[in-house]
Amino acid sequence: MLKLNKSDTLLFIIVAAMVLLAPFILNPFPQGSSLAQMFNAGYPDLMQRFVIFGILVIGFNILFGLTGYLSFGHAAFLGIGSYSAVWMFKLLSMNVIPALILSMIVAGIFSLAIGYVSLRRSGIYFSILTLAFAQMSYNLAYSVLGNPSSNYNLTNGETGLQVYSNDPQYFASSGAPDTPHLFGMAMSDSSKLDIGSWQFTFNNGYYMSGILMLVAFYISIRIFRSPFGMMLRAVKSNQQRMNYTGLNTKPYTLAAFVISGMYAGLAGGLLSSMDPLAGAERMHWTASGEIVIMAILGGVGTLIGPIVGAGFNEYFKNILSKINDGILHQWLSFLPDGLENFIVGILHYFVGKGWHLTLGLLFMMVIIFLPGGLVEGGQRLAKLFKRKKTEDGSDSNNTPAE
Amino acid sequence: MDQILLQILNGLDKGSAYALIALGLTLIFGTLGVVNFAHGALFMIGAFCAVTLQRILNISTITEDPTKTDFLGNPATIKTPIVETWFGPEVGASIIDWSVPLAIFFAIPIMAAVGIIMERGLIKHFYKRPHADQILVTFGLAIVLQEVIKAIYGANPIPTPAPEAFRGSFDFGTYIGFEANAIIYPYWRMVYFAFSAIIIAAVFAFLQFTTFGMVVRAGMADRETVGLLGINIDKRFTIMFAIAACVAGLAGVMYAPINSPNYHMGMDFLVLSFVVVVVGGMGSLPGAVLAGFMLGILEAFASMNQVKAIFPGIDQIIIYLVAIIIILTRPRGLMGRRGVMEE
Repeated sequence: MLKLNKSDTLLFIIVAAMVLLAPFILNPFPQGSSLAQMFNAGYPDLMQRFVIFGILVIGFNILFGLTGYLSFGHAAFLGIGSYSAVWMFKLLSMNVIPALILSMIVAGIFSLAIGYVSLRRSGIYFSILTLAFAQMSYNLAYSVLGNPSSNYNLTNGETGLQVYSNDPQYFASSGAPDTPHLFGMAMSDSSKLDIGSWQFTFNNGYYMSGILMLVAFYISIRIFRSPFGMMLRAVKSNQQRMNYTGLNTKPYTLAAFVISGMYAGLAGGLLSSMDPLAGAERMHWTASGEIVIMAILGGVGTLIGPIVGAGFNEYFKNILSKINDGILHQWLSFLPDGLENFIVGILHYFVGKGWHLTLGLLFMMVIIFLPGGLVEGGQRLAKLFKRKKTEDGSDSNNTPAE
Repeated sequence: MDQILLQILNGLDKGSAYALIALGLTLIFGTLGVVNFAHGALFMIGAFCAVTLQRILNISTITEDPTKTDFLGNPATIKTPIVETWFGPEVGASIIDWSVPLAIFFAIPIMAAVGIIMERGLIKHFYKRPHADQILVTFGLAIVLQEVIKAIYGANPIPTPAPEAFRGSFDFGTYIGFEANAIIYPYWRMVYFAFSAIIIAAVFAFLQFTTFGMVVRAGMADRETVGLLGINIDKRFTIMFAIAACVAGLAGVMYAPINSPNYHMGMDFLVLSFVVVVVGGMGSLPGAVLAGFMLGILEAFASMNQVKAIFPGIDQIIIYLVAIIIILTRPRGLMGRRGVMEE
């Protein structure tokens, strides 16, 4: 089906089903219960982030996973995409189609220019060049291009670029909503379904991003299985040998860089379409670092890894930042008082505002013990179960998908 | 002329910090071949050593003064730092006043311990793995260290003043024949520059004139042969890592009065120091120092109003711009050696 082989088709169908049914899967607990407040992730804002960062990391994986070029400046394209989309909202109309197209084109142009220069070097130099370009974009967006009194105010600096009522919007039709929409369907609108005490939310923006993510995922599968993808893998394993055989690898790596830049631009455009406000902090190099973290957590060079990594990162960020001391006391109330206070005192540093610490530690653990990311962890578990000849492990390859 | 001199002086203090961090990075890279993304965190830990010592010295005993009352009618409390009760009020007060320079002695053992633990506990296991893995694991470590500091000291910058004697500025221009008020320069920045010059000279002298340094230099050139000669080169490289951590830490200690320490100062400096190392040439110690000062001074010149009027925003991007040009035209950097990190 769809020119994919059997296992890829299966993988694609599983991912598609999960994306389409996510409002059910992510809301396993009834509305209003304490577990629901903590673990339910089926609300639009978070689900949108799952799929949008999924797109971003799928794109990053095409570059890093296939060619081995570690870009530390990918957030620049995310930011550029966000700004382009908001400019389209300001100039044309609140329809998301031109915004997404422009954000991909602009990010593509930028990645062509940056990639052309950066790819002349490899290894650590490439990482530092991309980092330098991203920091340049960030600094410019914050200072000169973001100064409201200067002539080149493209980004509106610290306030962030947003749509104002006196913007021209040359193609705005009168009946359309004044938030980003797809031919009249507002991205922020949701329909709700109540079954018993469960409530499921189906958000327009989520489904549009989700379908785009499926398209992005499909394209990435095709790239992985194509001769082009094979060429990129050859670059990763030994670029020098490729050069000795008389083959110029530059067009291939550059193409991979531009594709992944356009993915990032699309993700940026989608972020702006969900909430038409773009700020420079999206381009900061720690944001680039977070993209790398997501890719590594999931598993670099695998198909499903980026989606797993993005979902895992966003989900745990969300849960960990919600847990506070009160909840910890509630959970550990079965322990004797002194011990309870002691454990809560320690855990206090790892939850709530300290979630960065937990994710940082987890990231280090994954790099040290599990270089293939969570996907490799799943495969190892599966092998372990197979050796014991139980059938339980057969689906553990897919369990980390959320 | 006085403008040019002023900008050179302005660039010196930042340039010193860049040079010191880049020197440590290069030491680690040259000896162990590891790209250490956690080096900025070491700089930050150094700055927080100064904060910690300041807090320790300010631990006080609280006594009540029955003769005075505060506005609620309660007896007023007097805080007496324990140092003052130990050494007498005058000596104690000056010890507290000099807490930042004193923190140098406090920081050296701490930074050396941190360095050794880092190398033996984590980085040792990454020698055989690709550079990308080294970058990533040290990047993760940097995040963790930064968050630990944030959990202990909070997210706000902590003012750490310089000793009374070095606060304020002096008229540098009058010493070298300019008219008064042409070149005003803060004392502490001068101290910082002198301090970093001493540290840099000490590191070079150590490598150049001691037997230990000679072995380390030999190990940098050809690790295997030195190992075959029966010298435990790993142990010496671990010590070099500790020294590099100390250099970064001391740079941080003395930088605390210039810029109040906060938990992300390390990350801010890290990116720039990497750029400095690349511009200077991977693995070249003189290159790192030269590039550090050069980029610091260039940055100062780019932030002059006359320059900004011609190229708006140039002060924000000059360092990156220079780095990009250097990497593309001179791939080995200013003073890079042949065969280091060339893929």
